[in-house]
Amino acid sequence: MSWLHMMILLPFIFALVVPYVYKKFNPRFHTGWFVLVIPLVIFIHLLTFIPQISLGNSVTSTVPWLPSYHINFTTYVDGLSLVFGLLIAGIGALVILYSIYYMSKHREALHNFYVYLLLFMGAMLGLVFSDNIFVLYVFWETTSVSSFLLIAYWYEREKSRYGAQKSLLITIFGGLAMLAGFIMLSLMTDTNSIREMIRNAVGIPSHSLFIPAMILVLIGAFTKSAQFPFSIWLPDAMEAPTPISAYLHSATMVKAGIYLVARFTPIFGGTAEWFWLVSGVGIITLLYGSVNAVRQTDLKALLAYSTISQLGLIMSLLGLGSAALYYGIGNDSSVYAVAIFAAIFHLVNHSTFKGCLFMVVGIIDHETGTRDIRRLGGLMHLMPITFTLTVIGSFAMAGLPPFNGFLSKEMFFTAVVNASNMTVFNADHIGLAIPIIAWVASVFTFVYSMVLVFKTFRGKNKPEKLGKVVHEPPIGMLVSPFVLGSLVIIIFFFPNVLSKYLLKPAWYAVLPTLANAGELKVKISPWHGWNTELFMTIGVIIIGTLLYIYLRKWYRVYRFYPENLTLNNLYNFSLERMENISGSLTNKYMTGFIRDYLVYIFAFIIVVVGGAMWLFDGFSFDPSNDAPVNLFETGLVVAMVIAALTVLVSKNRLTAIVAVGALGFLVSFFFVLFRAPDLALTQLVVETVTTALFLLCFYHLPQLRKEISRVRFKAVNALISIGVGVAVTIIALSANGNRLFESISGFYENSYELAGAKNIVNAILVDFRGIDTMLEILVLTIAGLGVYSLIKLRLPGRDKNEGAE
Amino acid sequence: METLMSILVGILFAIGIYLILTKSLLRIILGTSILGHGVNLLIITMGGLKRGGPPLLGIKNLTYADSLPQALLLTAIVINFATTALFLVLSYRAYKVLGTDDTEQMRGIENE
Repeated sequence: MSWLHMMILLPFIFALVVPYVYKKFNPRFHTGWFVLVIPLVIFIHLLTFIPQISLGNSVTSTVPWLPSYHINFTTYVDGLSLVFGLLIAGIGALVILYSIYYMSKHREALHNFYVYLLLFMGAMLGLVFSDNIFVLYVFWETTSVSSFLLIAYWYEREKSRYGAQKSLLITIFGGLAMLAGFIMLSLMTDTNSIREMIRNAVGIPSHSLFIPAMILVLIGAFTKSAQFPFSIWLPDAMEAPTPISAYLHSATMVKAGIYLVARFTPIFGGTAEWFWLVSGVGIITLLYGSVNAVRQTDLKALLAYSTISQLGLIMSLLGLGSAALYYGIGNDSSVYAVAIFAAIFHLVNHSTFKGCLFMVVGIIDHETGTRDIRRLGGLMHLMPITFTLTVIGSFAMAGLPPFNGFLSKEMFFTAVVNASNMTVFNADHIGLAIPIIAWVASVFTFVYSMVLVFKTFRGKNKPEKLGKVVHEPPIGMLVSPFVLGSLVIIIFFFPNVLSKYLLKPAWYAVLPTLANAGELKVKISPWHGWNTELFMTIGVIIIGTLLYIYLRKWYRVYRFYPENLTLNNLYNFSLERMENISGSLTNKYMTGFIRDYLVYIFAFIIVVVGGAMWLFDGFSFDPSNDAPVNLFETGLVVAMVIAALTVLVSKNRLTAIVAVGALGFLVSFFFVLFRAPDLALTQLVVETVTTALFLLCFYHLPQLRKEISRVRFKAVNALISIGVGVAVTIIALSANGNRLFESISGFYENSYELAGAKNIVNAILVDFRGIDTMLEILVLTIAGLGVYSLIKLRLPGRDKNEGAE
Repeated sequence: METLMSILVGILFAIGIYLILTKSLLRIILGTSILGHGVNLLIITMGGLKRGGPPLLGIKNLTYADSLPQALLLTAIVINFATTALFLVLSYRAYKVLGTDDTEQMRGIENE
């Protein structure tokens, strides 16, 4: 148990304590202050790893969990997990600080809020620091569940519940797919540890499970990171409180998929399928998110689509960078490897500016009572600090200098331009589409960033539409966005410090083979000279500005978008259809009528017996060992058939009962013939008693009615009963013709020596196999008690036909 | 003899199952009773028929009939009797309480 394990478990332990703290101190003391300590401690602890990690070392420690299954709680710190860990703890601390001012301690159920939040934080830390894939999966699902709880935090609202259910269904679907992929991976590489897998990954692209495992793991990553077409849950997750949206749905959870893709790049990267799946889906998501963001009127929905788009950008960079693994050491692999660096860089940048923007939107919502762009406007003079922070965040998002988004956006353009020059993976045919789509998406990104700033803060103030008198929020609420906003600018001016200590180690962790060969070098600088990327950015700014100014003119293009073809409608429609179909299907076969269930059971017997006979050629008929038949026995058989048929056709219940009795007595005749005196005796007695019982009940039971039912009903019954009869006959004949071993009954002929009994059957019953008899007596006892209580015990007023006869 | 018995057992099964598939509770009980006879005969037939004398050591025989199926059957007959008795009384009570012996009408209440 190392300190790192403690770090991961600390949030879970605190989550247990939170309700007590809340109960004891609320409302004197906001529970958030107590919770704030945890991410701070974790953040500081993680900072101490930086010196070691920046030297290229890694830290491992193991706690056995299920050693016999090779599932151990192994934590592993390298550059990549450290970047994520710092983001989780750092933004976690800022979000909790923000939530202290955002969430009212008088009105909100804070204990629930912070318990869920801590669960999420612990799960997220566990996810990024786990080395064992199954432990990773456990934490992965814990993030899904805690996110579900957080989205539905205001559970009395229907939209919250809808959003929570949707996100749970989609992310759990992806999680289960990922689990299947993990199992395949562990089969292929013979280990559960990610590091071992990377070491054993050399030969696996030729394995038959390689492509299925890749696709399944990617489904997990795409659903979690809201990639197209699984992105639909993210806009609905905006029903969560704003601190949650800022934390989960912009900075941390949605990046779990990114983490997964980056983590598994050394295993799957370098193949054409991975390259096209990851970068293709990423590019499509980028375009889809940015185009849809422009038409949103709710600020949080706009940010949600923007998050989708930016995640697509990061994902596509990871895909493009994986080409470096194809080229391998030497050649020009480092040109492509820079894309991975850009992905990690943009990941950090996105966390800073998107967290800041969500908090700002939360402030606007908090202070004006609305998030609807159409009702907002002219807030610049009323909320100057908020305005400044929004400008910083949005311009960074649009990719403008002097904000960090500019740097990573430039690197993104470099990567897509390089990709269009690539000659492998058939990129020379459709490669040119990549920079064009990326550029168009950037234009839309620019437009919605401007919408976010200027529609909210410029224009006319509309106080009559707002519920409150607008003013700046309390200072505590501004601290967190201020810190993030400052980071946006600091990273722009000093990117190489961040790069040296955090980004490069993360980069090396994604591409370990190239890093060991010393191939990876990068320098971030805001000015590259007059190159293609700069012209692309200038183009984005010019076209974007024009589009924003004339937004009113072309906005109605969106109306041409067919409303019923949206992914949301598709999701709702298929969910509804699935419920309806399964409901009607169940109603079809679960009729509630016993006869139908019996038909299924008997039909199944016929199918199984018939199928087995047919498949394994099971029927054999060998009468050579048969005992001889004489006339007397033939007569008995005929009599039995007649008696049985009488029961079948009789319209009179007395006839039927007597016929069944006759059948029983005929059976005892057979026992006589077959040398079974005890059986014959018992059968005679039992049959007599049973018939008497029948006759006793018969007095009270109603007359046999003629079965009124359709011909088809009777035909099906007849068919099935004949089928079962034939099946039983066939089995009996086959079994009889195939005696494999001698009977063990020879042993029981020693009954006199062993048990002192001359009657072998009785010796078996009470001596050799006495337990059977004991339990049989028990059955009789229970039946007797049952009969007694059925007759004696009656609730008043239940019997309808009392004395009806 | 075994072949003949096998066919007889098949016929008893078919008739028993046909009765079980009908709607009247009394017919169903009669059906289970016939099915029970079919099973009993099947067990003893599978042990082999008419190979030697009754399994009593006092009688000097060279061979005895297989004693194990007989012991099994003895248990089966008694258990069959117990369940039939319970089933009969149960149907009697069901008829008293529900006022019907038609299983199609014994379907419970919708959305119970």
